[in-house]
Amino acid sequence: MKGKLILWLPFAVFAAFAALFASGLLQPDDRVIASKMVGQPLPAFALPQAASDRPPLASSEFAKGKPRLLNIFASWCVPCAAESPQLMALSNAGIPIDGIAIRDARADVDDFLLRYGNPYSHIGLDAQSSVQIALGSSGVPETFLIDGQGKILHQHIGDIRDDDVPGLIDMWKKAQ
Amino acid sequence: MIAELGLAALWMAAALALLQLLLVGFGLVQKRDGLLAGVRPVAVAQAGLCALSFVALIALFLRTDMSVLLVATNSHSAKPWLYKFAGTWGNHEGSMLLWVTVMGVAGAGVALLERALRRDTHMATLGAQAAISLGFYAFLLFSSNPFERLNPAPRDGQGLNPLLQDPGLAFHPPTLYFGYVGLSVAFSFAVGALMTRTVDAAFARAMRPWVLGAWVLLTLGITAGSYWAYYELGWGGWWFWDPVENASLMPWLAATALLHSVTVLATRDALRAWTVMLAVVAFSMSMVGTFLVRSGILTSVHAFAVDPQRGSFILALLALYIGGALALFGARVGTVREGKQFEAMSRETLLVVNNLLLTVILGVVLIGTLYPLMTEAFGHKVSVGPPYFNRIAGPIALVLMLAMIIGPLTRWRRDSAGVVAGRLLWPVLVMLSLVALLAVLFWGKISALPFLGLVVAGGVALGSLMPLAKRNLRRTPLFTYGMVLAHLGCAVSLAGMAADSAFTTEKLIAMKPGDRVETAGWTIAFDRVMPIAGDNWTAMQADMTASRGAAPVALHPQNRFFSEPPTATTEAALLTRWNGQLYVVLGDALDDGRWQMRIWWKPFVTLIWYGGFMIALGGTLALVGRERRGWMLKLRKLHAREFAGEFE
Repeated sequence: MKGKLILWLPFAVFAAFAALFASGLLQPDDRVIASKMVGQPLPAFALPQAASDRPPLASSEFAKGKPRLLNIFASWCVPCAAESPQLMALSNAGIPIDGIAIRDARADVDDFLLRYGNPYSHIGLDAQSSVQIALGSSGVPETFLIDGQGKILHQHIGDIRDDDVPGLIDMWKKAQ
Repeated sequence: MIAELGLAALWMAAALALLQLLLVGFGLVQKRDGLLAGVRPVAVAQAGLCALSFVALIALFLRTDMSVLLVATNSHSAKPWLYKFAGTWGNHEGSMLLWVTVMGVAGAGVALLERALRRDTHMATLGAQAAISLGFYAFLLFSSNPFERLNPAPRDGQGLNPLLQDPGLAFHPPTLYFGYVGLSVAFSFAVGALMTRTVDAAFARAMRPWVLGAWVLLTLGITAGSYWAYYELGWGGWWFWDPVENASLMPWLAATALLHSVTVLATRDALRAWTVMLAVVAFSMSMVGTFLVRSGILTSVHAFAVDPQRGSFILALLALYIGGALALFGARVGTVREGKQFEAMSRETLLVVNNLLLTVILGVVLIGTLYPLMTEAFGHKVSVGPPYFNRIAGPIALVLMLAMIIGPLTRWRRDSAGVVAGRLLWPVLVMLSLVALLAVLFWGKISALPFLGLVVAGGVALGSLMPLAKRNLRRTPLFTYGMVLAHLGCAVSLAGMAADSAFTTEKLIAMKPGDRVETAGWTIAFDRVMPIAGDNWTAMQADMTASRGAAPVALHPQNRFFSEPPTATTEAALLTRWNGQLYVVLGDALDDGRWQMRIWWKPFVTLIWYGGFMIALGGTLALVGRERRGWMLKLRKLHAREFAGEFE
């Protein structure tokens, strides 16, 4: 009998692996890389002007007592165009929004803003993604909520959808 | 219309696979020959319909029919035609359709060509093949229909991942798939033999060409894939121990073990249960590989569209087939009579050593690949990197290579240790002198593993040729040449790997146009950067020249930007010389007008892939040799019978 049982060993090993695979499939997917910078003060930066009719952006804009949104976008990024109505809605709700255009050109940014609307008060050009990396952002679009003391409170990864807007407005109000 | 035709053909092929399974089931259980007689034509018709469906998909891709969802999401009208064609299987649905097509054609091959097996074993094999196909048909039709329409049709498609727009893609995945499917045939043979209790030398001889063919294709696929990653990713490495690479390596390791054990079974009628086990393991590994790649439960540099539902489907198929086969193994293998015994000092023993070592390496790779998944189940996140694989699998592989010297120089059944030791004299001398030579020249400059790798490569190179010594070379069978060539290929490949990790020089610098840099005896001048445009991409291209004594050679590394979808890739400039490769990558532009450059000189790195092709060519020679010999023997028997008839 002992000899017979050992023949089932491969089956048992396989069953264990299959159970492991099944547990792996049930795990929620986590492709989202959260920034370690959440809860930390905003890194210092001063970026050149990215759009013709908006002033450039420096980190000194933020620690002025009022919370602001910092939107990382690019004119070449399709989801950024998709989130523009939501950004306009946030802007219309009275939230100041600044933008950082990643690896972009001024003519392209101008064209993008003309086409999709311009919710930004300042826009800085991050030609080498260096500020993006310092922020711990892994892609475009991303949006950070910065409080009045210049501390990063929240990171929104990916485009802002319609149903994200009320949450962001709440968070911004609480930060005041 | 073409899409509907393809879908209809696919449904009919699935129905025929079901019919094939039922015919075999009822035919064998009720012992009705009339039912079994239908199996062959059904298998052939199934292959034909499935191939028709695949051809329909190719036609849709070539015409860039945007009303088909798969074409719209994976192709683009601006793509060169070769990539439209290759794009057919550059995606999940298309590659699965390719898989079932190859499987159907292989099944038809088994139905038509196999004559030596007992009829019931043959039929049971075809039944198992139909059962596997049926699962994949269900997978295609219910969760990944390649012919789904898109309404309204978009203006143009989303394009193909630019990393995949490379001639390598046209051949790399299909080669691997053909290999996987060959292993599925071996699996079906094993299941058929277990069901009819006929695990013997005849079964091994019937299975061997499929194992050999699958192994050759896997070897080619892995070699090509490694070279593709080497020049396309621009990281200067040739193997990254990425889950997707491991997914192709694991079936290869199992197939290599199976190839050797099936030879023992065919020649000496020993290792019966073990060979069946390996056939099951080899196919499991190709299914596990497909599962890991398609389910996305492991993170990989290979960006495949992943989908948990598909993962669940493949896992269910895996549980059904592999679990079923292993249960059959548990229940039946006890009734398989023990094979022939052999002495401790014999070629059989050396082949058992080969099998054990390969199995251990397979285990090491499997555990390393799945370890992140295991720890995640307990709440920790880790990743297993190349150091683990290199440190654990490397030394075992070196021991395996040593066994590779001894095995072919040992006789079947029994041999004397003293005589074998005498035959090993020359390889041992070569290795000792290499130790001395390398120690004098490079002591302290190269690390242990590459050092030993170079030594062992020298020993294997000589040892692999020795089975030809003292033989009449014209009468030596072709499959012996195949073995010699494959083993020599291992030595060549190992030498390339060791030389690359021991002697590569790397330079990371920022250069502005007009600069020069010296590295590893090369003088490299950076003249300028110019934008250029291709079919569906634009690039910044550096004009550089490299010289080493002789006339300078132009180098043009590129940074490519694809518009559909927007992606950047690096195109390394490679300059191949007989003793190595110069590898230049153009990086990003810096603010001050300089450009980042990475320059490697990789001595003898090309041997890695030459070795791989030698191994595959050796396998091909063995396959041709074995099959030709089979035909010759049959012809001779036929002649002998006619001859005997004349005297009656």
